Amino acid sequence: MSTLARRRSAFWTVVFGILAVAGIYGVVLRFTQGLGSSTNLSDKFPWGLWIGFDVMCGVGLAAGGFMMVATVHIFNLKRYKPVLRPAILTAFLGYLLVIAALLLDLGRPERIWHALIMWNPHSVMFEVAWCVMLYTAVLALEFVPAVFEKLGGEAPLRWLRAITVPLVILGVILSTLHQASIGSLYLIVPHKLHPLWYTPLLPVMFFLSAGCVGLAMTIFESWHSSRAFGKQLEVSLLNGLGRALAVLLSVYLALRFTDLAQRHELARILEPGIEAYFFALETALLLLPAVFLFLPSIRRRPGALYACAFMAILGFVTNRLNVSVTGMEAGSGTHYIPKWTEVAVTLGIIAAGFAIFRLAVKRLPIFEPVET
Amino acid sequence: MSKAMLYDSTLCIGCRACESACSEKWGLPYDDRIAAEERLSAHKLTTVKTHGERFSRRLCMHCAEPGCVSVCPVGALQKTAAGPVVYDADKCIGCRYCLLACPFGTPSYEWNSTQPRVRKCDFCADRQRAGKPTACSEACPTQATISGERDAMLAEAKRRMAEKPGEYYPRIYGLEEVGGTSVFFLSAVPFEQLGLNTQLPDEPLPGLTWAAQSKIPSVASAGAVLLSGVYWITHRREEVRKQEGGEKS
Repeated sequence: MSTLARRRSAFWTVVFGILAVAGIYGVVLRFTQGLGSSTNLSDKFPWGLWIGFDVMCGVGLAAGGFMMVATVHIFNLKRYKPVLRPAILTAFLGYLLVIAALLLDLGRPERIWHALIMWNPHSVMFEVAWCVMLYTAVLALEFVPAVFEKLGGEAPLRWLRAITVPLVILGVILSTLHQASIGSLYLIVPHKLHPLWYTPLLPVMFFLSAGCVGLAMTIFESWHSSRAFGKQLEVSLLNGLGRALAVLLSVYLALRFTDLAQRHELARILEPGIEAYFFALETALLLLPAVFLFLPSIRRRPGALYACAFMAILGFVTNRLNVSVTGMEAGSGTHYIPKWTEVAVTLGIIAAGFAIFRLAVKRLPIFEPVET
Repeated sequence: MSKAMLYDSTLCIGCRACESACSEKWGLPYDDRIAAEERLSAHKLTTVKTHGERFSRRLCMHCAEPGCVSVCPVGALQKTAAGPVVYDADKCIGCRYCLLACPFGTPSYEWNSTQPRVRKCDFCADRQRAGKPTACSEACPTQATISGERDAMLAEAKRRMAEKPGEYYPRIYGLEEVGGTSVFFLSAVPFEQLGLNTQLPDEPLPGLTWAAQSKIPSVASAGAVLLSGVYWITHRREEVRKQEGGEKS
């Protein structure tokens, strides 16, 4: 390792260490003091950063898993196989971290199992709980072949291969349903959520934007892994992902604006105010990559492709935070800025995600899948 | 059949006897400092609000089709046939979706507890079951708050409005809002001057969610068929391609 690389690695180790310590301290505060002193949540603003970012963005950022599983296994586009396992790993990790965040945010996390036996099918939260639970189980089964390949174990591998098709179909359906349902959570608050975001089509919007960010995350992690492990991905593969992202982003934006126009709310984007500014930011971060990625010259350059994917990810995160925070403030009659503990725990969770991903990629056959 | 409450702001003198009776009923502390907090919280399940010369009350509205009941993932909140929306703390997992969904900002959370509960007015369900009025209406010295059968409450509201036509704003708050509630407000002035939300839709909120939620079975089954179909086609195509390739060589 060169001196520079070693220094960079040491730098990131220190950063991750600090984030981990701060995050753990935040978790301790949360469980010893309660949500009141560890968050800026209130009766008027009961859902903050942990739901808006850790859960709502976490689930979306994991969408690469079902997108790539559908691409490779169902649409049988085998050339995307090199990014399949990294995408499944990201999704699996993402869901585990979402569940961790949920356990922090729930007032009585030790009762999370209640949703198993105390049903309310009218509740979107009930459906999300079941989908997250079942889909995490599906992701575990989609992920374990990598572990068995490493440790050996022909019998379980054969068994897993036999159930692959129904398993991936189930996984795609579960993801579709609850990516959409995260949006449906807000259908009940037409009186609180700003009309730039409230629409009966929230579930469709959330599903489409999750599809976009799933592709963007796949490009993002491919780029990072290729840098970290010195493995170059095929240009044609990244090119294809970039083009698909451009098309999907365009479909999403077209629907978004058609919906605003049909609800006669389009003029609101010109009403000065925090909502219009953040709407503009969200739209710009999604529109720019949509335009750039239609240019073949951009798609051929890994750096530019990565920048576009990263912008789309930021646009997605802005959208989710706009729905959960920006768009809810006026209707709730209050302002919400997360407390440092909320931020520390969130950063700690992100750091844990990166660290575990790195560890898994080092130890398991993630980037060199065995032919099946 | 079902119970309701009538709150007549024109008769309210702001004595806060309702607050004190409610706190006593729930075993919550009550003193001058808490009396001065004019907002609902985990230790104050009803409050009188001052609007210049006038007063209004806040408490759970006990909606006919409550948003909180529809969103609760574990069914900790239930609408009883008798009217009250009741809460079972032993079921609650603390997701606080009810706080988010309530159009009236009613439920409160015990934010500073490590074993927190949602707190809200339960319409004195136990007292009403025993045929008694709610604690707050029993305590009210001026008949500003009365409770009883829903039909009787509505009839009384209309009687009061008809008797003194000039003194009332000609509407009953709670009759139409989000599909109707079990608490009715009368006022001399438009309700927004009492801080009430007059922008709420007339349709019950749970329907908005159900419009999407009820499509899940069809989306899931259509998805399964579609994905299986795509799988079959793409893999069959590959097989054919392989076979044709085999014949040629």
